[in-house]
Order: sequence, then C-alpha cells, then structure tokens
Amino acid sequence: MTTIHKGLKRGVSALGKPRRATYVVLTIFVLGSLFPFYWSFLVASRDSGMLTERVPPFLPGGNFFANAARVFDTVPFWKALGNSLIVSGTVTLTTVLFSALAGFAFAKLRFRGRNGLFVFIVITLAVPTQLGIIPLFMAMSEFGWAGGLQSVIVPNLVTAFGVFWMRQYTLDAVPYELIEAARVDGCSMIRIFWNVCLPAVRPAAAILAMFTFMTSWNDFLWPLVVLDAGNPTVQLALEKLQSGYYVDYSLVLAGTTLATIPILIVFLLLGRQIVAGIMQGAVKG
Amino acid sequence: MTVVDKIAPDEAKAGARTPPRPTLRHRLSRWDVKVSPYLYIAPFFVVFGIVGLFPLLYTAYVSLFSWEAGDDDPTFIGLDNFKELFADTQFWNALENTVSIFLLSSVPQLIIAVLLAALLSARIRGATGWRVGVLLPYAASLVALGIIFANLFGPKYGLVNGLLQTIGLDPVDWQAGRFSSHVAIAIMVNWRWTGYNALIVLAAMQAIPKELHEAALIDGAGTARRFFSITLPLLKPTLIFVTITSTIGGLQIFTEPKLFDAMPGSNNGGSSNQFQTVTLYLYQTAFENYELGYASAIAWVLFVIIVLIALVNFFLTGRLTAVKKK
Repeated sequence: MTTIHKGLKRGVSALGKPRRATYVVLTIFVLGSLFPFYWSFLVASRDSGMLTERVPPFLPGGNFFANAARVFDTVPFWKALGNSLIVSGTVTLTTVLFSALAGFAFAKLRFRGRNGLFVFIVITLAVPTQLGIIPLFMAMSEFGWAGGLQSVIVPNLVTAFGVFWMRQYTLDAVPYELIEAARVDGCSMIRIFWNVCLPAVRPAAAILAMFTFMTSWNDFLWPLVVLDAGNPTVQLALEKLQSGYYVDYSLVLAGTTLATIPILIVFLLLGRQIVAGIMQGAVKG
Repeated sequence: MTVVDKIAPDEAKAGARTPPRPTLRHRLSRWDVKVSPYLYIAPFFVVFGIVGLFPLLYTAYVSLFSWEAGDDDPTFIGLDNFKELFADTQFWNALENTVSIFLLSSVPQLIIAVLLAALLSARIRGATGWRVGVLLPYAASLVALGIIFANLFGPKYGLVNGLLQTIGLDPVDWQAGRFSSHVAIAIMVNWRWTGYNALIVLAAMQAIPKELHEAALIDGAGTARRFFSITLPLLKPTLIFVTITSTIGGLQIFTEPKLFDAMPGSNNGGSSNQFQTVTLYLYQTAFENYELGYASAIAWVLFVIIVLIALVNFFLTGRLTAVKKK
C-alpha cells in the first residue's frame, strides 16, 4: 500500500522512481558515448607507437599540437575549414530563410493549390535524393560547376523537411489577427513576413539552423563525388588523410579531433536546445 | 476573390466604402496578396525540380543506355542493364550486406533506445544533462567516426582485439570476415543513432497520460507489467516512425563501409566485397569504373526497394493505428 501511495505522490513515470542502478546504467552509456572521442584524442596526443603496446596508456601525451601541425602540412586543412564554413553557413542561411517563407505561405496564406502542393512536399520527404547523384553530377559538369563550392551549395538551398518543420510551427506561433492588423496598416506581404512572422517563429528557425548546419558540415557522399582533392571540405580532407598505403593514426586521429572539437563545443553549448528540438519534432511528426 | 477576403476582411469592407475605382496602391496590394504565396514557395519547387525530380527521371533514362563517363554517343540498350544487374552476383551480395548490416543495427538499436528512454523518463536529477550526454555521438562526423572505429577494430593493434585478448579470447579480424565486419559496422551505426532514437521514443513516452499508469498502479501492476502492457503498446506508432526513418537511412549506408576498409580509399568493401553495400557499389560503378548507365540501373532498383519497404511500413502503421482505435 505504501509503495502505491508513494508512487502516486511522486508522479508515476514508465519505470517509477529512479534507483541507483538507473544512474549507473546511464553513466556507463554516457561514458561509452564519450569514449571514441577520448580515444581519438588519446592517440592524437601521442605517437602511433602507442598502438602497438599491449596495454594502451589511459592519459593523453604531449604530442597533440605537433600532430595537429602535421595535419595542416599534409592536407589543405585551413582551406577545408574555410570551405566547410562557407558551404554550411550559406546552406543554413538559405534553408532557414526559404523554409520560413514557404512555411509562412503554407500556414497562413490562402492560395489555389495550397493543400495539393503541401502534400506533394510531404511525399518528397520520402524520396532519397542521393540516388540521383549520377545525373546531378552530369548536370554540374555541364554547368562547369564541378569542383566549385556552388555545386555543393545549390542542391541544398532548401529542404522539404525545413518547409514542413517551419509550417508546423508557424501554424500555432503566428495569430491571424496580427497578420490582419498589419494588412490594415498597409503592410506588404514581405514586410508582414519579416516583421510579424519571422520574430514569432525564431525558436523553430534556430533549431532548424542547428540541424541544417550539422547535416551540411557532416555531409560526405555528394562532396566526395563533385569536389576535387585540391578544394575539399573538412570531411574530404579527413578521408584524404586516411587513404594511403601506410596509415599514420596519430596524424589521422589528430585530424578527426581537430574536426570534432568545434562541433562538440557548439553541441555542448546548445545541447539543451538541440535535445528540445529533437523531442519537439518527435511529438509533432 | 476569396484570396483577399479571407486574409483581410476588414480591408474588403473598407473598400466598399471608398469610391469603386481602385487606387494604384490598392491594386498593387491585391497583386501582392495573390502572387506572394507562390513566390515564397517557389524556391523549394525550383530546387527540388533540379536536384530531386529531374535527376530521378534522368537516372531512369540513363539506365537504358550503355553510357560511359565522357561518352558523347551512348548506345541505347533498353533494359539490358537491368537484366545484367539481376544476374550480377556482386549486386546481390551488396544487397545482402546492406540488409544484414541494417538488421544488425536497427534491431538492437531500437531495443536499447526504448530501454534507455525508459531510464531517462524516470525522475532523474539533471535530466537535461543526461539527455545531452546520450545524444553526444550524434554530433560526431561520420567520416571521423568511421576512421576512429576502423582504428578501434583494427586486426593487429585495435583496442577491441586487445580487450578480447586480455579477457582470454581470440582476436577477431573484424574487417576480413563477412559477419564480423557487419557487426563492427552495425556497432558504428548504433553508437551514433541509439541516443537520438531514445530521445524520440522518450518524447512519445512522456505524451502517455499519467492517469493510465496511476490506474494500473492502483490495480497492483508492477513496473515491468506496466511497461509491457501500457508503455510499449502506446509507443507503437513512434516505433514504426523510427523504423521507417532508419530503414530509409540504413538502406543507403555508404560512409561507414567506405571508411572501414583495410585498404583506405578503396570502394570494394573488403577484399571479397564482404561489406560492400549497394550505395558503395553504386559509387564504385559510377565514379571508379565510370559505367554511368549500369550505375543508374543500380540507383533505380535501390529506389524501388526503398519505396516498397516504406509502403509496407506505411500500411503496417495504418493497420496498427486502426487496431488501436477499436
């Protein structure tokens, strides 16, 4: 009886109150999540000789900066970082802007064919666009874009997911009364979007921006197809570091550490919002 | 027009009071209301047309030709590429590998994700912190991940084999064996996605009305009983959603097998293609062997397979939700 009473008082969840075992399991899981990052840094901060030792050391050595410097000597890593920033930055900006615009139109404006067009967008969510890489590559070559950053940027200017996401949020976030009031005051549609809609949908736009940036930063297949080794993104530079007859793991893992640290910092700073975004998307979707 | 009325009924009324001849400003504003929505949704349709629809259709066209890269005059061969493909043992091998890796990753992943979500749904201290920690692998780049795991699963000096030997087991040549390579790649996939899926499941769990659990508690149902009789059945739609998304992703798996190769840079998926997936085979055919026609046939067959599986999942979802409504 008392356990039932306690359970009701505390508010019941799927597994009841947390026991010590809950924390132990979660700790093991999080340590497991962290381990590959730590291992990568461990190898990067020593020399590859450590890998031949039967019992590998558990603490980082002092060679990280030397190994990192070699990364910059071996591949054009600065250029890769710059390229990735340009590509991901542009793609994020345009995806958020175009998705918010389309989301505004689908959620709040009336026009002929609105429902049909929106259903079409939802269906395209299921079309795996990466299966079209062959004609896309032919088209990029035709335009003379192959090798240039625009070949990676243009196909990702806006996504079906982005439009869907922004529409769902705009439906609740922007009251019709506000739009009507702005129209009575003589606002043009674009000003209503900019001054009324956009401020209201900022949280959803921020979440979309984070996801788009991460996806774009980590994209591999399409840049591998269309860019060349002299003008890589970070992911291509990493792959280039690894391919060769002899793999110098301290060098390669210094590269992966360098590429991971910035995104890890961003992730830890914005973690709360990213988690909220994933959970919110799950409930709405 | 309803267009104007629906958006600005006040303005329509105001218009009736003013003289009938519309001012330039007024006409501009009407035009603005009519045209703007189309302008706002245009970018998606233009981009999708160029990078989604056109390539898909053009892939079908190219698949009917013997088309080598740089070929100015490809020969039309009808469905020969598809005939050849269905007799191609390497393709079937790649398809088997893909399905095997997919099953090895998605089944344990879903089970662990549900259990993890159950743990996270308890009233733990620092809930957000744990959630961020669990999601951490999601931030890793696939390429970095592939390289790190290839190192961890290395045959001679890999940490995993070191651990196996420490506890008295024989080391495994992870990359050489067919099944062992699939297991290693699946672990890589699971490491990245389990936490992400756990959060999606957690969101669904929290949407379950508390009254259901309370009622069951009063009836004397224990933790396990409530989990299997209440939580799990109500999670079904979410679990199917997670299955569909991981199916679409899983059938296209490329980066992990490409980077897992003992011969870095190779597209073979191991010395005897033991872990070559369909997308990796597609990439090799198109961009290493330059057989664009044949590669396009692979792309279309893969597309049809993905659509079929998505449809099966879709009807399954419909049936299950229909059952629930009864």
